[in-house]
Amino acid sequence: MLRIDQSLVDAIVAHAKRDHPVEACGMVAGPIGSDRPERFIEMVNAAGSPTFYEYDSTDLLQLYKDLDDRDEEPVVIYHSHTATEAYPSVTDIKLASEPGAHYVLVSTEKHGNNDGAVEFRSYRIVDGQVTEEPVEIVGTDTPSDNPRSES
Amino acid sequence: MAIEVRIPTILRTYTGGEKAVSGEGDSLSALIDSLEANHPGIKERLIEGEDLRRFVNIYINDEDVRFLGSLEATLDDGDQVVILPAVAGG
Repeated sequence: MLRIDQSLVDAIVAHAKRDHPVEACGMVAGPIGSDRPERFIEMVNAAGSPTFYEYDSTDLLQLYKDLDDRDEEPVVIYHSHTATEAYPSVTDIKLASEPGAHYVLVSTEKHGNNDGAVEFRSYRIVDGQVTEEPVEIVGTDTPSDNPRSES
Repeated sequence: MAIEVRIPTILRTYTGGEKAVSGEGDSLSALIDSLEANHPGIKERLIEGEDLRRFVNIYINDEDVRFLGSLEATLDDGDQVVILPAVAGG
């Protein structure tokens, strides 16, 4: 199961809508071994394509150095499909290289850049085997993310 | 001549779980052969035919080897090599 904060879901969906019809991609990092997605990282789709995504190679190296320095690992690896459902493509399965990560797919097929619900699904991809998993979205209750009045 | 090579999670099955191993060679090609000698099977995950696999990135001192001559890229003692699979899909 993927347990993820609403604010992170919103950030992923907003990125996907903004970049539509190009595939959007990125990561949510978390402390090693925690399985907690915490730090949202938008990546540039170096392929700039509606049917393919790839992190830029220089960005990729910097990203993994940062993860190392912070004792983090990729908890969520996300990308969007812009003309098909939010299910891993053959290419997604072939190239999946983080067996410990939750592969999140969102589909902007229905509403493109506009408001409207976006399909948000999560998978494990290990040795070419895809397993869909439930997503539990939890509310944000940290003061900075959810300011309350002082009255 | 020792060169430190950072191994990504997905390839640590070949290195007994080690995150970094040491290899040697004066070119990337020779280094990969030295890795293969100690960690059989790893070469096939890095090379396809005569070339580096399209979705494997290797860096020498932070520079993508595709800009350094790919498998012919030269190495010196103390160089740092990082292997990272591409994060990519369709």
